[in-house]
Amino acid sequence: MKELSLHILDIAQNSIEAGATRLELTLSEDGKGALTVVIRDNGHGMSPELLKTATDPFTTTRTTRTVGLGLPLFQLCAQQTGGGLRVESSLNEGTTVTAVAHRGHIDCPPLGDIAGTVSILTRSSPNLTLFFRHTTPLGTFSFSTEEAREILGSDIALSEPAVTLWIQAYIKENETLLYD
Amino acid sequence: MKTLEELQAIRETMQKQLNVRESDGNNIRVVVGMATCGIAAGARPVLTAFLDEVNQHNLDHITVTQTGCIGVCRLEPIVEIFAPGEEKVTYVNMKPEMVPVIVNEHLVNHKIVTEYTIGAAE
Ligand SMILES: Nc1ncnc2c1ncn2[C@@H]1O[C@H](COP(=O)(O)OP(=O)(O)OP(=O)(O)O)[C@@H](O)[C@H]1O
Ligand SMILES: [Mg+2]
Repeated sequence: MKELSLHILDIAQNSIEAGATRLELTLSEDGKGALTVVIRDNGHGMSPELLKTATDPFTTTRTTRTVGLGLPLFQLCAQQTGGGLRVESSLNEGTTVTAVAHRGHIDCPPLGDIAGTVSILTRSSPNLTLFFRHTTPLGTFSFSTEEAREILGSDIALSEPAVTLWIQAYIKENETLLYD
Repeated sequence: MKTLEELQAIRETMQKQLNVRESDGNNIRVVVGMATCGIAAGARPVLTAFLDEVNQHNLDHITVTQTGCIGVCRLEPIVEIFAPGEEKVTYVNMKPEMVPVIVNEHLVNHKIVTEYTIGAAE
């Protein structure tokens, strides 16, 4: 993956496929180069056996193929920067993926288009409530589908192209305030 | 600086269009594969390109959705088109530049862009 935001999109896609109705994406940067990404969902979770091998490329519950690459690729990416990835999960409760990447490391991909990632996730299901929060030493930006739905009411969906594109531009603009 | 109040304005514009839209029974569905191989190969900008086209040209009869794994990793990004009364069309190795062509020729003028289809790739 060329961007951390693509890994984030991909890992969040697991949450959606696990039937999550609540998804929290939290990015925290400590100002010394460490970026902590937390992706927490209330989906169907994993059994202890599945969890044990979840970051193994030959672990998947897909029927379309026999490899599952999302978790192992993100783990490899994080490890190559001197960080790592941890998965916690309980059946019927949910899953939390925590990754630390060191952004100053030469092998660390850029964060990339996080606004693209978040805006696309907001439209993945009408039943999904998404919370996004990004903190850097310069401040915090947060966005949730709750606040957007409150304004849009029940007749206009978040999946309307005009709405998704607006959310994308809104996040992009606010993200620039988090960096010099 | 954009503020959430702008969403209110978008809502009002769209509410006016909704009444017009109801009469259109000819909905076309565009489905973009968003599993790991798709995302790594560039599915996100392809999806955004479809949203841009549909929005720019007010193509209310087109619904753009994302799905999990379509299953042919080496041909990702993959986009499937479902139109009423037509067989499913699968476009492969998608790039954002191909999106306006598919929207204009296939989704508006009902002419499949054969050279982008899975049949041409295999
Ligand atoms: N958030 C989650 N909730 C429940 N199960 C999960 C979650 N994340 C991963 N899993 C389980 O772990 C397996 C491996 O996930 P991984 O992302 O590595 O591969 P995949 O999703 O199967 O395929 P790919 O990511 O390559 O499209 C999944 O098939 C699923 O069973
Ligand atoms: Mg996955």
